[in-house]
Formats: sequence, C-alpha cells, structure tokens
Amino acid sequence: MGQTKNVFRLLLLTFGMFGFGFALVPLYDIFCDITGLNGKVSGPTFVSYDEELQPRSMKVTFVTLNNKNMPWSFKADSPQMQIETGKDYLMNFTFTNTTLEPMVAQAIPSVSPGRGAKYFHKTECFCFEQQYLAAGESITIPVKFIIDPEIPDDISSLALGYTLFDVTEQFAYK
Amino acid sequence: MSAVIESHHDDHHHGPAKGFSRWLYTTNHKDIGSLYLWFSFIMLFVGGAMAMVIRAELFEPGSQIVSPEFYNQMVTNHGLIMVFGVIMPAFVGLANWMIPMQIGAPDMALPRLNNLSFWILPAAFGVLLSTFLMEGGAPNFGWTFYAPLSTEYAPPTVTFFIFSVHIMGASSIMGSINIITTILNMRAPGMTLMKMPLFVWSWLITAYLLIAVMPVLAGAVTMMLMDIHFGTSFFNAAGGGDPVLFQHVFWFFGHPEVYIMILPAFGIISHIIETFSRKPIFGYSSMVYAIASIALLSFVVWAHHMFTVGMPIAGELFFMYSTMLIAIPTGVKVFNWLSTMFRGSLTFETPMLFAIAFVALFTIGGLSGLMLAIAPADFQYHDTYFVVAHFHYVLVPGALFSIVAAVYYWLPKWTGYMYDEVLGKTHFWLSFISVNLTFFPMHFVGLAGMPRRIPDYAMQFADYNMIVSVGAFLFGLSQLLFLFNVLKCVYYGKSATAEVWEGAKGKGLEWTVDSPAPYHTFETSPDLTKPQTNS
Repeated sequence: MGQTKNVFRLLLLTFGMFGFGFALVPLYDIFCDITGLNGKVSGPTFVSYDEELQPRSMKVTFVTLNNKNMPWSFKADSPQMQIETGKDYLMNFTFTNTTLEPMVAQAIPSVSPGRGAKYFHKTECFCFEQQYLAAGESITIPVKFIIDPEIPDDISSLALGYTLFDVTEQFAYK
Repeated sequence: MSAVIESHHDDHHHGPAKGFSRWLYTTNHKDIGSLYLWFSFIMLFVGGAMAMVIRAELFEPGSQIVSPEFYNQMVTNHGLIMVFGVIMPAFVGLANWMIPMQIGAPDMALPRLNNLSFWILPAAFGVLLSTFLMEGGAPNFGWTFYAPLSTEYAPPTVTFFIFSVHIMGASSIMGSINIITTILNMRAPGMTLMKMPLFVWSWLITAYLLIAVMPVLAGAVTMMLMDIHFGTSFFNAAGGGDPVLFQHVFWFFGHPEVYIMILPAFGIISHIIETFSRKPIFGYSSMVYAIASIALLSFVVWAHHMFTVGMPIAGELFFMYSTMLIAIPTGVKVFNWLSTMFRGSLTFETPMLFAIAFVALFTIGGLSGLMLAIAPADFQYHDTYFVVAHFHYVLVPGALFSIVAAVYYWLPKWTGYMYDEVLGKTHFWLSFISVNLTFFPMHFVGLAGMPRRIPDYAMQFADYNMIVSVGAFLFGLSQLLFLFNVLKCVYYGKSATAEVWEGAKGKGLEWTVDSPAPYHTFETSPDLTKPQTNS
C-alpha cells in the first residue's frame, strides 16, 4: 500500500510550508531591496554616476518622528533643503536624551514617495547604528547623502523620514 | 478467561460502546463526523451570540450596551469562531461522514489521528474563550490580527490566542492528511479520480490547500510569539522588521483560507442540485477543473487585500487582474449549476431551496468581490461596511447555507428519520429573508462611507443600521428553528428509506446503504468495475 508513503509526503509538505512561511521574511526583504518598495533604503553606498547626466534641482524634506512614548528630543537642523542631483550634501540631526536614565535609541529611515527610495543614497547615517546617550546628554550627527541623477523626472521632491525607537531594553545587556 | 475476552471482542464489533467514552475514544468516521458537526453547531450559537451583541450595540448610533473595548473583543472572537470554529469544522465533519461512504471505503485511512484531530479542537476553543475571564480581556485586534496591533499593542492574552491558533492549525492539518490519504488510497475498485463524486473532489483540493497554508499561518503566529516574548523583530520596525511583512504572510495564508471555506460548498451544492433536478450534473469534468483552477489562482491574489497599504502600480495591476481571473472558473460553476437545473424535473425540498439560494446569493457576494478587486475603486471601499457585506454574502448565504443544505440533505441518511419539511421550509424562508435584510443594506452604508470595526457611527447611517440589526436578530432566532428541527428529526422523525430522495437514484454510493447508515459500511468494498444495477 502506498498509504505510509502518502502520509510521509504530506507531512513533508506541511513542514516545508512551515519553513516557507519563514522564508517569506528574507524573500520579502530581497524583493523590497530590488524594487525599492516600501520606502526602504539600503545601507551605506558609494556610487559614481555617469557624468553626462544633467544634474537637476530638487527639494528634500526632513521629517523626524518619535515612536510611541519615546521621550527624546530629535530634530533636523532645517526642515528642508534645495539640492542638485549627483552632489554630496550634509544635514545635521540633534538627539537629546531628556530623561534621567541612560537610553539607547534606533532611528529607522523611510523615503517617500516609495519609488524614489532606491535613488536616495546615504553615504553616512546614524540610522546604521544605535545611539547611546547618558541622562540629559545631547549629540549632533550628520547624514551625508547623494540623490541619484537617474531619478525619474516626475519626482520633484523627496521626503526623508526618521522614526526614533526606544531600544534600551534590547541593548541594555551590551 | 478467554470467554470474557471474546465477549469484549464481540461487543466491539456489534456497535458503538455506551456512554461518554464512546465519543472520547471513538475511531469511527461516522461518530467523529457527528462530533465535528455538533461542535460546529454549538460554536455557531456562541459566535452568533457575539454577532447579536455587535448588532445590539449598532442598533442605534452612540454608545449603547457594551464598552468599545468589549465591542472589539466581540468583533474579533465572532470572526475567529465563525471561521475556525463553525465553517471549517462543519466541512470536516461532513467530509468524515460522507467521504468514506461516497468512495466505498469502510472508514478513514487514519482513524486514531482522526479522533485526535477532533478532540484537540474543543481544547483550542476552550483556550481562546477562557481569555474572556482573564485580565486585559480577550483578543481585540480583529480576526486578521495585524501586527503591531496584535504584538506591541495587544492585551497579554494574545499568547493564549497564539497557542489556540496553533492547535486549530494542527487539527486542520491532521484532518487534511487523513482526508487526502483516504481519498487517494481507499477508493472502491473502479472508482477512478474522474468518477469521484464532486464533494470528494472538492475536499481533495481543499485538503491540499489546507496543508499548503495552515503551516504558513502557524509560522505567522510563531513570529508574533517570538516578537512578543523573545525579543525578535520580524514585525517590529525598531529592530529592522516590517509590519507590512505581517500582512503579506497573513494574506498568503488568508486568501487560500477563504477558498477553503467555499470549495467544499461547491461540491455539496452540485450534489443537491443534480438530485433535485433529477439529472446528472452538467459538465462534470469542467466542474473539477474549475475547482482546481480556483485553488491554484488563490495563491497569487493575496495582495488584493492590501491595495491601500501601498505597492507599485505594476503590483496593483497584477493582483487586480489575477483576482478578476477567478471570476471565470467561478462563472463556469454557476453556469453548470444553472444548466443542470435547466429543463430538469425540479422539486423544491428544503435542501434544494437552500442550494438555489446559495447559487443566487453567492453570486451576489462574488460580484461585490469583483468590485473590490478593482484597485482604484478599492481605495473607496477598503475597510468599509461594503467589505463586510461582501464577505458575509459569500460566507453566510454561501458557506453556511451550503452546510445547512447538506445537513437537510443527508440528515435522513445519518439518523434514519425524515426532518419536518414544513419546519424546514419555514426555516429556509425566514433565513432567506433575514439574511438579505441583514447584509444587503450593508452595501449601501459601506458605499456611503461607514467604516467597519467601529462601535459607533454617524447619524446618517442610523436607519439602515436599525434594519440590519432587526434582520440579524431574526436570522439568529431562525437558526433556533433549525436546531429544533434537527432534534425533532432525531427523536420524533418518520422513518426514511435507503434512497431518501426520489432523485437520489444512482447519485452516489451513500444512497445504496440503509438509512440510518449502519455503524460500519462497505467493510467489503463495492466493485464498481462491474456494470451498476441501480441505473
């Protein structure tokens, strides 16, 4: 009888699909990475561009947001700047731990509109690591970025948003 | 000594054991089928009571009876119970009862597994319902439990919810393995795949869907569990995770899941329509292919639940067109049902009335589904009562009506007694009128912008909501009539013949055994390779 064989195959399928559920996590990240979907931006990038592409002028807006009950003060030096594509720019962000406890924070970036994300290259960003601040301490960190000249013409402005998360608990043991 | 053993041995073979242990230890497919059906019947009244609370709260605008927090718990548990505790167990119960009898097998392939897969279900729902008595209250994040609402912002009872979903999943997977193995290994000689009754076909495909997606659901809730208790960040943006990922994983399970809740209905309705039309089903093989293609398509349409979450235009177009494609095999099925009835010699017993209502009202639900599939229009419909109207039309006069029809259709075979036809028809007409009274006006308030999952609403929706609530109370009450009719049939019914229905001649092996079906049927399988006498 093929019964045992059938049951075995179906069990295999069950465990395979359980694994597939978890495989969706890296698959999703890869998919977002390739398409620049969801406004997800990749790690530090060093790119050179075709010199023949004409630079054009654009507006970049900086949005800072505190998640949930995050008590820090978190601000960009200026809410927006006029830039030209293909050139290096720098914007300073100031973090202040307003509490009486040492804390660790993590900023998560997001670019809007989402399809502009893959043209937004950050060569240096505090979002690549966590910030540790003692009680009442303050720090100013720059973000360095270049907007890819290949960015579609119909995108006339980009917004770079940061959400600041309290990750003290996750990193307390470090 | 040996005489004692022998007499025990004999008892076992003569019939069921006595008392509660019969049900606890049973490995008989008919007993387990009855257990599943009674369990789902009880849960129908539990989930239905929650719906009554919801409709009582929405009878008038403003806060009436329950707190918004409790309202959210009602909405969540109503959904979970109706999906996992009513529709799915009822179909599994019907599969247990009918599949061995329809394919000429003595029992299910794995009888002990069968017992286990039923008995962990009451445990799962016991765990879920016990959260109402706990601090923080029952789950309140909707049956779709989107993260981070169900992780970071959830009540502490979410862990019980996760555990209970794991058990429900295990039960469904074990049931499906059993059903597939039974169908593939235990058919009577001569019953080739393309000669199987359509109910068997629809369950074979449904069982594969279950095995493919229930583990993904288990994975999703496991990720939630790890995010909540073990510091991972699958859905937590602070740690590099993504809440939108949750929706993709959930709907990868969720869309095949909604077909799991309707495909067995297609099988049931096909049998009932051919019996009461006194004709063989029109386009048998196209029915099989239609079910199979609906099942395959269900894996590539999930993101139509997420149009407003944001995706590139190419994604929206892909999911829009693939969703609309499903209308084609579904249209084939509706066409075949109508063609079976066309020029048939129809009679309108209760099962047939429910079956015809299924065809008409399920099609309405399908049409509003097509409207929702249109990506640009969905931005208006999303999360309104229009969506509520849509999925209730496919699940209540769709899935639930098919189960009620199946119970009326096969009840004489199970019990050996006829139900009361007048009561049955009364039940039908009350249900038919009230189900439309309940769900049709939801289309209007939805299009006008009334959001779902809200305990209060603006004044302009007041009149329709009152009508909806009256319809809902009537529908709830008329199901008591159904319970009464089933009990009356069991205790006071008139004896039924083996064939039960005039049109059931030659419509399947289940009609060749006595009514009630003996405790053990087809211990020697019928040989279908020989020409059949019951033409």
